[in-house]
Amino acid sequence: MSASERHGETPAAGRPRSATTRAQTHLWVAQRVTAMVLAIAVVVHLVMIVMAVRGGLSAAEIIARTRGNEAWLAFYVVFALAAGVHGAIGLRNIAAEAVGLRGRGADLAWVAAGLVTAGFGIRAAIGLYA
Amino acid sequence: MDLRARSHPTYLAFVVHRVSGLLLALFLPVHFWVLGTAIQGEARLDGFLRWTDNPMAKAAETLLVVLLAAHLAGGLRVLALEFLGWRARQKDMVAASAGIALLVGLVFLLNVV
Ligand code: HEM
Ligand code: HEM
Repeated sequence: MSASERHGETPAAGRPRSATTRAQTHLWVAQRVTAMVLAIAVVVHLVMIVMAVRGGLSAAEIIARTRGNEAWLAFYVVFALAAGVHGAIGLRNIAAEAVGLRGRGADLAWVAAGLVTAGFGIRAAIGLYA
Repeated sequence: MDLRARSHPTYLAFVVHRVSGLLLALFLPVHFWVLGTAIQGEARLDGFLRWTDNPMAKAAETLLVVLLAAHLAGGLRVLALEFLGWRARQKDMVAASAGIALLVGLVFLLNVV
């Protein structure tokens, strides 16, 4: 089953089928790869959250863990990138099916939105590090 | 319309995965914006965290934690199906995903209150 069949989509009219399906396959692969990264990151994050909320959540407590810690910085940068891209491709799939928003321009816009979101996450991660 | 497919547990799993993914994707910019306030100092972030220290916010956080765990477990089911060919006992896999999500939510709730 190809990526386009899986999402029940038909290639946009007036566009060579191969280019469209190839782009969709790239997005499909990107979403699967980011999903695998997120699977690990989210387990780490959930364990952290459940432990951190014990006895209330404070900025001091969070920053005590993250300030000057390169390992957490690297973790959050990877996490932000994976989540931003994965979420945007997911929203693209939903928009394509629900309101028929498709095509190369829309795809690029979604990926851009995902990278902007990731940028905000990286900004936050730097704020917690510095 | 043939509705048989929609009464299968995997259809429910699809809907839960879609709704949880959608809500998580909408939560993400908010989450990053809140954490970004730490740039202006610890006090700013603390101010926000104190604002969320009420039953309504905690209920919302619990819901988000459940959604995240549900999306994680459900996503792993899809990946196992696609890449490892785990086709058998999909009903049980869906039930296990739901169980994991509720368990994580319960642990969060027990810790947060
Ligand atoms: C740059 C990446 C991220 C950073 C720096 C970050 C940081 C944090 C921090 C500091 C907390 C408070 C608990 C703790 O100390 O662990 C938290 C909670 C939480 N995070 Fe993240 N996170 C990131 C990405 C994500 C992503 C991608 C999701 C999923 C959409 C997510 C979902 C949550 C949820 C549901 C909570 C608990 C509810 C809350 O406290 O608001 N986070 N995060
Ligand atoms: C916990 C790790 C994660 C895993 C293993 C995972 C896995 C997946 C998989 C396999 C899909 C494709 C489902 C399908 O086509 O049937 C998907 C869709 C999606 N994911 Fe995730 N994901 C994870 C985290 C996240 C996060 C943090 C977000 C939010 C930023 C998110 C948002 C979405 C959205 C919006 C969709 C589209 C749903 C749909 O098309 O019905 N995911 N996820």
